[in-house]
Amino acid sequence: MAINALEITDLYKRFDRPAVNGLTMTVRPGEFYALLGPNGAGKTTTLKMVTGLLRPDRGEISVFGHNALRDPVSAKKITAWVPDEPMIYDRLTPLEYLEFVAGLWNIDARQANEEAHRLMDWLKLSPHAQERCEGFSRGMRQKVALAGALIHEPRLIILDEPLTGLDAASARLVKEVLKERVAMGATVIMTTHILEVAERMAERIGVIADGRLVAEGTLGELRMRAGKGDGTLEEVFLDIVSEESVGAGPAGQKADAA
Amino acid sequence: MNQPASTAWLARHEIRLAWRDLMAMTTAGKRSRERGALILIAIAAIGLHFLAWGLVNSPDAQKQTQLDRWITITAMLVLPFSLMTSQAMESVTRAFYSRSDLDLIVSSPASIRRLFTVRVGAIAVSTTLLSLLLGAPFINMLALSEGPGWLAAYPVLLSFGAVAAVLALSVTVALFRLIGAKRTRLAAQIVAALVGASFIIGIQLAAISSMGTLSRMAFLKSEMVRNLLPAPDSVFWYPARAMTGELLPLAAVIGFSALIFMFAILAYSGGFADKVIAAAGISQSGKARPIRRRDGNFRRQSVRAALRRKEWKLLARDHWLISQTLMQVFYLVPPAFMLWKGFGSSGALPAVVVPVLVMASGQLAGGLAWLAISGEDAPQLVATAPVTPAMILRAKIEAVLGALAIVVTPLLAILAWASPREAVICLGGIAAAGVSATMIQLWFRSQAKRSNFRRRQTSSRVATFAEAFSSIFWAGAATLVALGSWFALAFVALALVVLVIARSLRAAPTGEFA
Repeated sequence: MAINALEITDLYKRFDRPAVNGLTMTVRPGEFYALLGPNGAGKTTTLKMVTGLLRPDRGEISVFGHNALRDPVSAKKITAWVPDEPMIYDRLTPLEYLEFVAGLWNIDARQANEEAHRLMDWLKLSPHAQERCEGFSRGMRQKVALAGALIHEPRLIILDEPLTGLDAASARLVKEVLKERVAMGATVIMTTHILEVAERMAERIGVIADGRLVAEGTLGELRMRAGKGDGTLEEVFLDIVSEESVGAGPAGQKADAA
Repeated sequence: MNQPASTAWLARHEIRLAWRDLMAMTTAGKRSRERGALILIAIAAIGLHFLAWGLVNSPDAQKQTQLDRWITITAMLVLPFSLMTSQAMESVTRAFYSRSDLDLIVSSPASIRRLFTVRVGAIAVSTTLLSLLLGAPFINMLALSEGPGWLAAYPVLLSFGAVAAVLALSVTVALFRLIGAKRTRLAAQIVAALVGASFIIGIQLAAISSMGTLSRMAFLKSEMVRNLLPAPDSVFWYPARAMTGELLPLAAVIGFSALIFMFAILAYSGGFADKVIAAAGISQSGKARPIRRRDGNFRRQSVRAALRRKEWKLLARDHWLISQTLMQVFYLVPPAFMLWKGFGSSGALPAVVVPVLVMASGQLAGGLAWLAISGEDAPQLVATAPVTPAMILRAKIEAVLGALAIVVTPLLAILAWASPREAVICLGGIAAAGVSATMIQLWFRSQAKRSNFRRRQTSSRVATFAEAFSSIFWAGAATLVALGSWFALAFVALALVVLVIARSLRAAPTGEFA
């Protein structure tokens, strides 16, 4: 039996109120998985716990069989995290940034150099390789951050709202890069509020509300669950979320630590 | 209500922002502390007034001849003027380069000339206010003991603030024309650092070389200097005479400063928009900062080496840090000059050189540690890397102490040449102060943007005071060791107590690894 790319079991995290509340979910290897949910549902909190940025109060996280809580270094070696706000160094050039990331992941210098130039070409960053990032547009910064995430050839790529603020060309490029990575065998987990993107790209979709997984499956399975035979993902999503809100009280009140 | 976008309206906007900025700095952004901060300011002001009363009415001050008084007042005016000019240069640079609300205002139909007038006026007022923080108690006490004529010092200082703003503006505009927008930012900050320290250091160097003393006033009142000074009726003395309330000099000083202020507004406001746009081009255009091309492959490096190299690169490209470090190094010139003159034979060596070097090192290490530890611009990247947090911290500490070593090694080498014993003691003091400051920054680390370095003190008052006191105590301990006194142990104990207290008050972990 193949090891799952990500296994989350009974995960809890509480700030002033529960942000993640007994979440259990599984992502298969080589899958493009979209994680949806209203603001404050717990998506980012969950992903931050997976990537080791937050410590859960309770629960288990396994990345390709590595326990991310007991052996975080092994899990981090094969994981990449791309936050919604690209975090890069203004006073480094993209090439210097990639060299630094390669150093952090301890990638062979020659291999990293080749990969860096390939990624820069692919993401159309090569003309700016020797310029400091301080003057880059949001799209360019996001592309630099994405290149940094891919340079160590991660098996699990986790992206939080990667398309926010990107122009059409940049968004398309990012989507193509992610599709390519999935074709090469990587697993991608992405949160997004652009439901058309999830509808077109994701093989499976998970919906979180109030820190719990309330629905999961392919678009067809979610349609069946919502009783909307040919409905769009938007209709299906709103239906699931409103159903949960009625059942569990108002969602998304918490400040967006999630 | 003022007419929207009028000069008064824009000035009101600036005053409101400046006040909130000041309160945020004073209260570390917590509005609940505003009342407490105001009470503390009031207590400090009362204390300063008592201190000023004592100094103004001291027997030495009473015995001064008129020329001595004018020399003292003139020196006391030139000192804040050099600091005002330095601060104004810093503010003018920020007015051109800091985007904040500039994009909003420049893109609005509001008059750019009015905005420029208000911003330059605000620079003049803010630089004056800073000097008044220390000057006002003396002015008030002089007005009380010698007559209300001394209240004229307020408009005189404001006039000096206006002239400083104009001077800063002229230098910045000249730099823009000479070396372009790209290089002006760094050059202006370096010039500001040099201008700020130049007067004190220049006089001190002259005092050391001519009289072998660090006393600036003894030098300024010496026969040699007196013989070089102009006659008592010269306009040279007008600012000093205006300070005491003499009407003609007062009118001349205010009139002159108002005239050149208006002239500067007329001369420079037209080009303000161009310069703002040129400065914006630096941050907007990716092509503005080409880096030396390195065609070779990536270096083979360990994780720690990668982290250290990244920190050093960022520190070396930090304009503000460079200018501040330069200023600290510049302040070490007089002690170094004294070393050179004395070759270690003077008893003042340990008392002057050792504490200055240890203090400066502690402060520098604190600044560097804040940048490397709290000012990490990509904390999530570093936190998600497959390395242990301990290794990341170790690499950052190595980077800080390595950078400190680069700055202090040449100074220690000069000291070792003059007196090897004191060099060894100084090295011990520097190491202790540097490590202590770094540890304090580690205990009080909180995620902040690197660009907020100027306001790092606001994040934790405890850390700021702990850093300052630990540097002072280590400097005292090293000095006493150099002087062969057993009291050094008491200072070591005090420094350790500061560290223990700081550690016990450190921020509780949040559970967030970033």
